[in-house]
Amino acid sequence: MTTATQVEKEFILNMGPQHPSTHGVLRVILKLDGERVVKAIPEIGYLHTGIEKTMEDKLYYKAIPCTDRMDYLAPMSNNLGFSLTVEKLMDIEVPEKVKWARVILAELTRLNSHLFWLGTHALDLGAMSMLLYALRERESIVDIYEACGGQRMMTSYIRIGGLAKDLPADFDKKVRHVLKLLPEKIKEYETLLNSNQIFINRTRGVAVISAEDAINLSLSGPMLRGCGIRHDLRKANPYSGYENFDFEIPIGKNGDAYDRYLLRVEEMKQSLSIIQQGIDGMPEGPYRAHVPGVVLPPKEDVLYKMEAMIFHFKIITEGFKSPFGAVYQAIESPKGEIGFYISSDGTNKPNRVRVRPPSFLNLQSLSKLVEGSLVSDVVCAIGSIDIVLGEVDR
Amino acid sequence: MEHNLNEIEEKILDFLEDKFSGSIISRDKFRGDWSFFIKPNDITLFCKGFLNNYELDIKYLSDMTSVDWFDHEEEKKGRFEVVYNFYSLKNKIRFFLKARLPAENPEIDSITNYFASADWMEREIFDLMGIKFKGHPDLRKILTPDDLEGHPLRRDYPLTWEQPVFTWNKDDPPEVIK
Repeated sequence: MTTATQVEKEFILNMGPQHPSTHGVLRVILKLDGERVVKAIPEIGYLHTGIEKTMEDKLYYKAIPCTDRMDYLAPMSNNLGFSLTVEKLMDIEVPEKVKWARVILAELTRLNSHLFWLGTHALDLGAMSMLLYALRERESIVDIYEACGGQRMMTSYIRIGGLAKDLPADFDKKVRHVLKLLPEKIKEYETLLNSNQIFINRTRGVAVISAEDAINLSLSGPMLRGCGIRHDLRKANPYSGYENFDFEIPIGKNGDAYDRYLLRVEEMKQSLSIIQQGIDGMPEGPYRAHVPGVVLPPKEDVLYKMEAMIFHFKIITEGFKSPFGAVYQAIESPKGEIGFYISSDGTNKPNRVRVRPPSFLNLQSLSKLVEGSLVSDVVCAIGSIDIVLGEVDR
Repeated sequence: MEHNLNEIEEKILDFLEDKFSGSIISRDKFRGDWSFFIKPNDITLFCKGFLNNYELDIKYLSDMTSVDWFDHEEEKKGRFEVVYNFYSLKNKIRFFLKARLPAENPEIDSITNYFASADWMEREIFDLMGIKFKGHPDLRKILTPDDLEGHPLRRDYPLTWEQPVFTWNKDDPPEVIK
């Protein structure tokens, strides 16, 4: 009897790819000793669609819709990252109003992504009502997306050199509604979770990672800040006018799942403060840069001005020639550092587009996070990394 | 701010020129970012040097990628390019190391011993671009199915090319877990 248990002491358990807590199609192969995880190997690639390859075959501005199909919970951040990279390559300076609008939209995206994360993460840990609450509040943000870009998820609203069209007339009203609604709702979430004994027991001291390991594993975003490293690209290398905004970078202490939860909630409050500053100080001006031959002219001009129509036609049919060289621009997306590396060969299409996916690199740390913990903690670890498999696999 | 950055830039340039003068072929600044073209065999030397330098604090491998220069005049210098994207969390500066590899049997040393994050990124490059990493502990495909032939990100791999693929899941778990 004893020999039989000894032989079968360690066994391999397959988790996923179709498992509700893996947030998509992630397969984790677990080597277990009883209920303890000895080793965990994430297997990815089930959603690989070759987005990088597809983007290489498109004119620059036509690649924008590819970007928000990667991280579909943070479409505006991805649009912004790609647009900024092409603007860096083409050396385009965008008008002030565009910068401010982009900051507001990027922060709304952070709220959107964190709300969804909060709901699903709490759901994984048994707090079912959180998902319904979080999705209810997310609705008001998705409404803003719909008013701006016409779509609720794949917005493609931020374009090279500006925005797809001018901000909607009720943009101000809708954003102020979110600003009024969310602070009290966030308080409500905190009363539900912060001192919830079940939630604390399942997250505190679980999925811990040290600061050295986090740097060595190139973690970014809340995963990196959760272990006490004050690094945020919005402050470190400001882009799109973030240097004009006054905000704090929250950090964690222990690098566990509970700290990451507190940190993300604090980030939501900081995002609200940034949006408040943005909507109060929004300058007037054009919604697209005036760079003939590179940035599409506004639609109103295309209908009435001959030059605008010619440029519109030329850009749509043959795009624009980019200079030879390679650029990299990283932004702080809700999940971490999303960067685009564009290697241009001097033609109207990129030679190589590389996306530095934050979820991909954060997911790599899963083996380290769960080794030695219980099987049920794997669910908590996956949730607290905050992955979107569309971005992991691209 | 601008002045500050330049000081750090100079420090990094001095450090690289001092320590690795034999390994750097050329350098280039484009849109504010420095790129250094290096000899592919010396990449581990660079990693060792970065990790031992406390002042510059280059300990964050931000990204790793590869470029295919197929059918382009750049191909003369070597068809494949491996790009290492290093970042200093303390000094907030980023620079690139680029190594050119030949079209036939492209191979470069793995840097997983120095940067753990290189593990999956090297596997991804191996999978999609077909560059081998010597000394990688577990060089398997990561994104594409096991029986897919070819390397989709190469420029001579047609965009719409589709192969019938049947075995999405292997019955046996991978070797590393055993």
